[in-house]
Amino acid sequence: MIEISGLRKNFGPKQVLRGIDIAIAEGKTLCVVGGSGSGKSTFIKCIIRLLHPDGGAIKVDGQDITHMEDEYALAAVRRKFGYLFQEGALFDSISVWENVAFGLRYLSDEPPSRYREIAKQKLALVGLDNVCDLRPSELSGGMKKRVALARAIAAEPRYILYDEPTSGLDPIMSDIINDLILHLKRKLAVTSIVITHDMKSAFKIADEVAMLYEGNFIARCAPEEFRKSDNPFVHQFVEGSGEGPIKMKIRDLE
Amino acid sequence: MSIFGLAGRAVLSSAAGIGRAALLVRSVFFWSFKAKIEWRQAFIQAVRIGVDSLAVTMLTSFFTGMVLALQAGSTTKNLFNEPIYIGILVGFSMVKELGPVLTAIVVSGRAGAAIAAELGTMCVTEQIDALYTLGTNPARYLVIPRYIACLAMLPILTVFADFSGILGGFLVSVTRLDVPSTTYRQDILTFMTTSDFMHGFSKSFLFAFMIATVCCFKGLSTRGGAEGVGRTTTGAVVLCMVLTLVLDYFATAILVSLGI
Ligand SMILES: Nc1ncnc2c1ncn2[C@@H]1O[C@H](COP(=O)(O)OP(=O)(O)OP(=O)(O)O)[C@@H](O)[C@H]1O
Ligand SMILES: [Mg+2]
Repeated sequence: MIEISGLRKNFGPKQVLRGIDIAIAEGKTLCVVGGSGSGKSTFIKCIIRLLHPDGGAIKVDGQDITHMEDEYALAAVRRKFGYLFQEGALFDSISVWENVAFGLRYLSDEPPSRYREIAKQKLALVGLDNVCDLRPSELSGGMKKRVALARAIAAEPRYILYDEPTSGLDPIMSDIINDLILHLKRKLAVTSIVITHDMKSAFKIADEVAMLYEGNFIARCAPEEFRKSDNPFVHQFVEGSGEGPIKMKIRDLE
Repeated sequence: MSIFGLAGRAVLSSAAGIGRAALLVRSVFFWSFKAKIEWRQAFIQAVRIGVDSLAVTMLTSFFTGMVLALQAGSTTKNLFNEPIYIGILVGFSMVKELGPVLTAIVVSGRAGAAIAAELGTMCVTEQIDALYTLGTNPARYLVIPRYIACLAMLPILTVFADFSGILGGFLVSVTRLDVPSTTYRQDILTFMTTSDFMHGFSKSFLFAFMIATVCCFKGLSTRGGAEGVGRTTTGAVVLCMVLTLVLDYFATAILVSLGI
């Protein structure tokens, strides 16, 4: 269970998160949507304290981690999480399979002799084989994303934070990844937050969809409701229309 | 902005930097006791530092030894009409000062730059953040192994530097200055003691600690893309070289007052 109240985060004068309140129940999936630069990545980075919040409270399993400074305790909280980075963040000095198996040493009790086999299994889950011994620099963008996903789920964490798991993938592969996220949820009762721009995927995997706009969740509801929402902001986002209340800061085209 | 404003800002930002570097050192100590040490990584780094720097270290100190002998030879020839005490001069200079200092400078330029650039790149591509999400942290996985590697390799490289400097001096003494080879050897063996050697050798540990701290700290505080990595790398190398000379003075002063 992740409970967040009044979460605020600024970068200099820029207020990115302005008092977010949300709770994600055990075993549920929250999809976060919102315009580019609206603070979605910032939001999930605060949850595992890659960023230090400027206000509010974050509780994981009832434990307040907002101002936790003890590195050891913080590491213990982070162990519960898997995190898929938007840009992958693969270690480029080691091979693909070593990347996937990286966390096993620290997060699981598996014997090292099984690492390669586990890495292979996880790579197969994201539709990759024969890439084990390549370097991350030899992969395509979508392949990197999937390797990063395999790495995030390898140690079977209880919470997974996905930053755009399907961006940069073709529609078929996107659907396979959606199924994988659903599978993890059903099989391992994973609680997750999924950031996505892909409304189709959001509707498929979410228990709840929330839309981030100007530092707050302006809408938060089940996918069916979200689709039919008469909130003009949400409506514009679902439709993907340039016309509406959300003004992206672009000079008007004459 | 006024010149005072600029100066004040520079002082504040370096003070903040020193503070954060101290935090890094603290977390290095913390994790060295709290978690298993990554010996494999330390070994990989040590080999890399050795391979990177051995040849350059030996070459620079070889030529330094040669030039010392040449200078000492010409000076003593002017004063006493014959080249004397060359062995003592080369030996003492190399073992107490130039061996450790030259090694530290070469290692800063090779291994130090590599460390700063690698950690800097990892920083701007979120690989450092990824370490936190995978059950470890940069202090444990990256920094401690580099400390170990520097602390192990710099003294070894210093010994090599000492020897190749003395050898360079020997070569010049014997071939250019016609000093009998036994004289050169006797100079060194009679006048130099273990404590002279320890003087330079112990300084190399200090330099190793400094280089690891500066380069890891600079690397981990990199901001802003490829340009940031470039700035980090040059900044780290320059700082290491300056600090090598500054620390050398203070360390020497302390060691001398202790009688070493
Ligand atoms: N390290 C940082 N320093 C300063 N500003 C930052 C930093 N990280 C993010 N920001 C700013 O915070 C805002 C939110 O960024 P964030 O990465 O969370 O957006 P996002 O919603 O994930 O966007 P996208 O969908 O494009 O990934 C942006 O305006 C960005 O400029
Ligand atoms: Mg983002």
